[in-house]
Amino acid sequence: MAFDWSSIPGSLPILWQGMIVTLQIALVGALVGILLGTLLALLRLSPSRLLSWLSAAYVTVFRSIPLVMVLFWFHLILIPLVVGLLFPGKRLELGFITALTAFSLFEASYYAEIIRAGILSVTKGQFNAGLALGMNRRQVMRLVILPQALRRMIPLLLTQAIILFQDSTLVYVINLDDFFRKAYNVGNTVGTLNEMILFAGAVYLVICTLASGCVRQLHRKLTVPAREIA
Amino acid sequence: MWLLDSTNHQSLITNHISLAAFDFSVFLRPSPESALNNLSYLLVGLGWSLLLALGSWVVAFVVGSVVGVMRTLPGRILPSIGACYVELFRNVPLLVQLFVWFFVVPDITPILGDWFKQQVPPIWQEFIAGTACLGLFTAARIAEQVRSGIGSLGTGQLGAGLALGLRRRQVYLLVLLPVAYRILIPTLTSEFLNLIKNTAVASTIGYLELAQRSASMAETTARVYEAFTAATLLYAALNLLVMFLARALERFTALPGFLGGDK
Repeated sequence: MAFDWSSIPGSLPILWQGMIVTLQIALVGALVGILLGTLLALLRLSPSRLLSWLSAAYVTVFRSIPLVMVLFWFHLILIPLVVGLLFPGKRLELGFITALTAFSLFEASYYAEIIRAGILSVTKGQFNAGLALGMNRRQVMRLVILPQALRRMIPLLLTQAIILFQDSTLVYVINLDDFFRKAYNVGNTVGTLNEMILFAGAVYLVICTLASGCVRQLHRKLTVPAREIA
Repeated sequence: MWLLDSTNHQSLITNHISLAAFDFSVFLRPSPESALNNLSYLLVGLGWSLLLALGSWVVAFVVGSVVGVMRTLPGRILPSIGACYVELFRNVPLLVQLFVWFFVVPDITPILGDWFKQQVPPIWQEFIAGTACLGLFTAARIAEQVRSGIGSLGTGQLGAGLALGLRRRQVYLLVLLPVAYRILIPTLTSEFLNLIKNTAVASTIGYLELAQRSASMAETTARVYEAFTAATLLYAALNLLVMFLARALERFTALPGFLGGDK
């Protein structure tokens, strides 16, 4: 079967609208996910048994459920429930809010594990040294541990953001028009579904390959050579 | 194809705000497949999820091992082919890959593609596309694990094997891979758990696995809470079961002399 690529140039503006939705989901998901993930990691490592357990439970629950299932929950239950309580009687377009919330909260559980591992990779001596200098726990965390941990984590956090960018295609199951869904719809109406699927795949491939190449470069730059420490 | 198109789900929800109204009897009522009740309907879905995960795992394990080994071989061509494979399958979203296997590949494959579209029953079309997609996708991840597993053994074992007169193929099959797989059991376990979760993506091509069945049960019974809670618990239970089995396998194959080896 021959391919017919002629419908692609004309549909680029529509696809770009979808790409904006995709980028918004990825950006918000990554930012909120990292903030919330840091909070979850700190709670997990806090001396309070209860807070630590709650954080662990949050992470475990989200990590043991498929993302598709999480999107179902937010799409049909959680978001309509909350919006129904806050704005009773109104009919709002909820798809986009659902995607932003679901991805932020879902990714937070993945970021929490990355950040926790990053914090734990800083040696205990650093913590004790901070305390010995007269700082309190919070100061040691903020001024000594987190800056070092963050430096080590940045490549992993960015890699996770690339994964998030790819996973955002799953908003397909809640009928939100992201880049891929737009491509699919155009392909379906024009009759060039195969070409559109391949084109969308190629776009993701180029973006993600470039992005992960940059992350690799950054990783090389950020790594502190051993002799510099010693 | 897709069932969750309900625009009136807000009204659907307001009937279910109270958790006290959790209605267990819904599981005993007839399902969308009317011969079964809803509970069996979901359990069959769990079975299809697991079958897809196991089928994909076989593909992923074989292809992933081959690609992973390729990346550790001397020379330039084979390692770069392996690297390209990993980049390609890691940098395209799973959903897009699935649509490529389900829509595009049968269309552009002469003869076999026509047979696939006309003779194979829909559920097996979805299963085969899902297995190819999830298998080759997961293979890229397993390849990275196998490569780092073999890398972690250093060159000493390879050198010792070659010095004993084994061929390179024999060193890999008899020495390096058996040790590498044992070290890798925990990471391979988490890959398998990821794979189980990823099977839910196959719901987008209409494969009636657990997530898709919970959605269609929610649609026909209007009991969204019950359907999603049951599906979520089933996923969690499968997760726990796999972790338990993996823990046992890990103990059984533990290597003395490695961290976590002697207990």
